Amino acid sequence: MESDEGERLPMSRRPEWSDVTPLPQDDGPDPVVPIDYKQDFTETMDYFRALYRAQERSPRALSLTQEAIRFNPGNYTVWHFRRQILESLDADLHEELDFVERIAKSNSKNYQIWHHRRWVAGKLGSDAAIKELEFTKKILSLDAKNYHAWSHRQWVLQALGGWEDELDFCQKLLEEDIFNNSAWNQRYFVVTRSPFLGGLKGMRDSEVSYTVEAIMANPENESPWRYLRGLYKDDIQSWVNDPKVSSVCLKVLRIKSNSVFALSMLLDLLCHGFRPSEEFREAIGALRTSDSEPLDSDLGKAICHVLQLVDSIRANYWMWRKSKLPVAV
Amino acid sequence: MIKNKRLGTEKSRDKGLGFGESRDERWLWMSGVVDDVEDPIPKIKRLPVADHHLSSPPKKPPSPHSPLSACLMGELAADKHVKYIISIEKKKDSFESVVMEHLRMSGAYWGLTTLDLLGKLEAVDKEEVISWLMQCQHESGGFAGNIGHDPHILYTLSAVQVLALFDKLDVLDIDKVSNYISGLQNEDGSFAGDIWGEVDTRFSYIAVCCLSILHRSDKIDVDKAVNYIVSCKNLDGGFGCTPGGESHAGQIFCCVGALAITGALHHVDKDLLGWWLCERQVKSGGLNGRPEKLPDVCYSWWVLSSLIMIDRVHWISKEKLVKYILDCQDLENGGISDRPDDAVDVFHTYFGVAGLSLLEYPGLKAIDPAYALPDDVVKRIFFGK
Repeated sequence: MESDEGERLPMSRRPEWSDVTPLPQDDGPDPVVPIDYKQDFTETMDYFRALYRAQERSPRALSLTQEAIRFNPGNYTVWHFRRQILESLDADLHEELDFVERIAKSNSKNYQIWHHRRWVAGKLGSDAAIKELEFTKKILSLDAKNYHAWSHRQWVLQALGGWEDELDFCQKLLEEDIFNNSAWNQRYFVVTRSPFLGGLKGMRDSEVSYTVEAIMANPENESPWRYLRGLYKDDIQSWVNDPKVSSVCLKVLRIKSNSVFALSMLLDLLCHGFRPSEEFREAIGALRTSDSEPLDSDLGKAICHVLQLVDSIRANYWMWRKSKLPVAV
Repeated sequence: MIKNKRLGTEKSRDKGLGFGESRDERWLWMSGVVDDVEDPIPKIKRLPVADHHLSSPPKKPPSPHSPLSACLMGELAADKHVKYIISIEKKKDSFESVVMEHLRMSGAYWGLTTLDLLGKLEAVDKEEVISWLMQCQHESGGFAGNIGHDPHILYTLSAVQVLALFDKLDVLDIDKVSNYISGLQNEDGSFAGDIWGEVDTRFSYIAVCCLSILHRSDKIDVDKAVNYIVSCKNLDGGFGCTPGGESHAGQIFCCVGALAITGALHHVDKDLLGWWLCERQVKSGGLNGRPEKLPDVCYSWWVLSSLIMIDRVHWISKEKLVKYILDCQDLENGGISDRPDDAVDVFHTYFGVAGLSLLEYPGLKAIDPAYALPDDVVKRIFFGK
């Protein structure tokens, strides 16, 4: 009934619209942020306003909203009216999901589309779970950090289900791009919230191993360092005492002596009571900085000093860290 | 298993120019149109201007008393930006205008706040603005983005902010507006954007900010509102749009702003969040909104205001950020863009000027980091004239 392509016939020349008087936008006097309309868009919106004012919830109104949405998918009033029409007509919501998918392909970061999609999927219930997970997967294959898609996916999992394969999904996206912070966030979401995985405590060992591997592959990747810390949420003592944590810092420093994240985590460990062995002192002692000043014998101070130089844009932060250090370690 | 592969970084992302293509990151939460996202405006590179008689007269040197002046490469083209904002209404055939119909209220807030920060609010006929604005109010008390559109919490805050700028809050039926806002609070403390029930921490900020301006915070359950925001806190100290949502500088502004307004900043892990926020500064001096994303002038506002609210703004290089924002100016025709040499728009002009105001750039009014209104306006709201 509604075609996506083809020559557009002006509405004023379509017989099915002859009974409607178009209603122009009232922008008030002397517009502050004034609007200039392209002709077709203007005409479509004039008819839209007429139907909206008359609250005509008909099949032709539904197809008119489709046309208006195609012109400007950001117009939330058109979407509102569309939902009212869908409800009044008791329309096929599976068809509606297909329509949203077509629009979303080229507008995947538009709030209204996602909000509408959630409304439709919510009405369909758990039957829609698989379709929604597939849909977000498709969108994420175009942009793996699309905030709306991730948000929708989290809602689907919690409201409609489908947790079973979610950790694998995160795994796959991280294999494609280990720097994808959104996928790391989703991984944490799954590990902490999936009803099938036994929670953070049960998953910690395997997750720490996975994360350490990710860090070793790309020590400058911010996300796994933060994830590693998150795995010990509310359990700082285990974090300080777990040799897997301190050793990954040491290993990274041996490969890349000025690694900001390794130095930073080591600093955090020291501040929380970590007792460094001689190996750590040697690794830090080996850091030669360009200013050829001898490094402080206090390990914490030495680390802050190096960080001030290698991460100079945040020098004030590292100076502040230095001022907050506990007594010499 | 883990490959040494880096996707979505600065080099690989910046392609695609057409409207609707997810070209890059943008976060225009006020518009309710776009996220993280494309603007409603297709991004093009600036065209060189042939009419050199249009270029600016010799600029006055920065004040010698300014601590920043020594390191500035350029200077804020304040007069040009004023002209740009005022000229938007004269633009014909602008695609920007077409797609902005439904969010004109937010456009008014962006443009007028920028003018006020530049000390030029009187260039606008306030009675005309207010007359149009009041026609956007619905029986429910909420405001729409334009005449004939549906009410939404986004535009209700913009309307209240515009009236506050003009010191005309007295034209409002305060109880009617605040009842509209309080009616959007859910049982769990979160807020919906409108009758359709979309939930987002953006709306929590808007509700808290708007009711505070109207002196009606008692109309909502503030404790529940705070608890909901705290439930959106992540392992990196940041906040997302709903519990478990990824930390994002825009959402962080909303959550920290709402906590600041409600006197609940003790819920923020300031050192942890402060470090995450200052990690957002990239080599060019600009700020991004999430790890591994491109810098954008709009984050000058989201990140900076958050850092100020948690007293950690000295952790970034202010000088480099000032330079980055100034580099995004269109020195010929005024306006500020997301990145150097992109086309300007009113959103980024606002974010750039507001960011410079937070950085205490000389000649600009100070702006309040939580209310996103000039300091003198906020003082007038809470302490009278």
